[in-house]
Amino acid sequence: MTSPEQGTKRRGSLWYLLFVVQVVAVLWPPFYNRVEPSWLGIPFFYWYQLLWVLIGAVLTAIVYFATASRRGGPRS
Amino acid sequence: MQSVDWVATSVFVVLFGFITWLGFAAARWRKGDLDQLHEWGLGGRRFGTLVTWFLVGGDLYTAYTFVAVPALAFGAGAVAFFAVPYTIAIYPILFLVFPRIWNVCHKHGYITAGDFVRGRFGNRWLALAITITGIVATMPYIALQLVGIQVVIAGLGISGTGFAADLPLIIAFVILAAFTFSSGLRAPASIAIVKDILIYVTAFAAVILIPIQLGGFGEIFAAVPAAKQILAVPGPHTTGAYGSYATLALGSALALFLYPHSLTGILSASSGHAIRRNAALLPGYSFMLGLLALVGFFAIAAGVGNLPEFAAGFKQFGNNFAVPALFLHSFPPWFVGVAFAAIGIGALVPSAIMSIAAANLYTRNIHREFFAPQMSGRTESQVAKWVSLIVKFGALVFILFVPTQYAIQLQLLGGIWIIQTLPAVLLGAYTRWFNDWALLVGWAVGTFAGTAMAVAAKLTPTYPVAFAGYTFPGYTAFYTLLLNLAVTALLTLVVKALRPRAAVVDATVEADYLA
Repeated sequence: MTSPEQGTKRRGSLWYLLFVVQVVAVLWPPFYNRVEPSWLGIPFFYWYQLLWVLIGAVLTAIVYFATASRRGGPRS
Repeated sequence: MQSVDWVATSVFVVLFGFITWLGFAAARWRKGDLDQLHEWGLGGRRFGTLVTWFLVGGDLYTAYTFVAVPALAFGAGAVAFFAVPYTIAIYPILFLVFPRIWNVCHKHGYITAGDFVRGRFGNRWLALAITITGIVATMPYIALQLVGIQVVIAGLGISGTGFAADLPLIIAFVILAAFTFSSGLRAPASIAIVKDILIYVTAFAAVILIPIQLGGFGEIFAAVPAAKQILAVPGPHTTGAYGSYATLALGSALALFLYPHSLTGILSASSGHAIRRNAALLPGYSFMLGLLALVGFFAIAAGVGNLPEFAAGFKQFGNNFAVPALFLHSFPPWFVGVAFAAIGIGALVPSAIMSIAAANLYTRNIHREFFAPQMSGRTESQVAKWVSLIVKFGALVFILFVPTQYAIQLQLLGGIWIIQTLPAVLLGAYTRWFNDWALLVGWAVGTFAGTAMAVAAKLTPTYPVAFAGYTFPGYTAFYTLLLNLAVTALLTLVVKALRPRAAVVDATVEADYLA
């Protein structure tokens, strides 16, 4: 494997750290196992995790676009 | 039980009639030669991003999920929300691993996990273990979908004695079997679009209208006992509910895409890009599932558990009746029909895909591998069609004659069994380092240990592992996967030390995994 390819591979791997962020954020209950601050009457426990569904989707989209050019595939 | 609700039943029957027509018409959609297994069983691998979104969404977020997750919230509280971190954790796996698996399967014409493992590791017995695990784990899953249909049929007020009581379910099943037989994967793919629109309408109606009726989320959560609102904080020397919650989410996520029906849905996509895009788009379903979990709390606040008209339903189906009861209590009859049709049709889509996936496995990895190596593509497709019928019929017989509780317990065991295929399938997509016999032994150890632990835990999902004075309650599937991996890695090292020059059989090369 030539060195430029290794460089691209390493950049791709860094984008994948965004996946680690979203998984850790929801798999560590001490972060969110509380009632307050509630939002519209919904305990923090629930709206925090639902919010992470949306953040996770955005992060995945970012990884998709950031790594799509590297794969040379279609973007849309 | 309440008397038959004719308005709701009429809407329900009309919607069912529509999807029946659609299921048969689907045979002509993106037309292919249905006498080829990859056409019948994978829709010709022609589904783009949008159809894959509907198909995989309809496949993974099943009717049973939409009944059982709120039911768990209704009964046990906050722990039910593990479904949310679970569905967050699955998409990185989908994004990273499955385009590789799609590529290698497309390149070599593989249509099952058994095909892939057979090619990658060149060991028919390992492939057989993967295949049997897949089929056995799928059967109770299909049976549970039928429970979803049973619950809504009972909710419509339709009841009877003996054969008459089971007739609506049998009719629904004959419809399912017939269109799957004739149209293959195209049938659930087209029906999934209708099902998902109905489910979304129902979910949003439920999370907007019912809280308004009940006076807002503040009022709803005020009615939920404090112990159910959040997880119990662990005491000293244990990870308590936190460990259970996290390992349930992570273990379920690791297991999900190993199920045959998940792989069938994913392999039917037209490209690895369609899969990656779906990793960002499928969380739309996760969000809805999270909202629907809250519906279990709505049911507590509405007090449906204590209303006399629903007593018979709760008696028959337990907490699984919470959602139908809440809908009957809160919605006008015509919309009850829509909501129940959403759940009923939502059961047919995954049932169809699961039976196709099990049929593909049997046909490719048992029938062709062991009995008829020379069979033609046409025969292969015929065998799969008949096996899909047998599989569905088996699930129907199971649900009619065996208590529902057994199906639930077998499905729990199914999760523990299917995760044991992870080293060969998911890790196999990245490395050929593992020895094939080591994988087989690891699979066997994980399967037996997992079954024994589940039985010891009285068929509950978590097992309290005690170590050095600490207790770590966690998902049995997760623990036994670690055991499986340890055994597999250790034995691989031993084999490599004993026979350093042994030839490695592998029908695939690294380039096959890249686009």
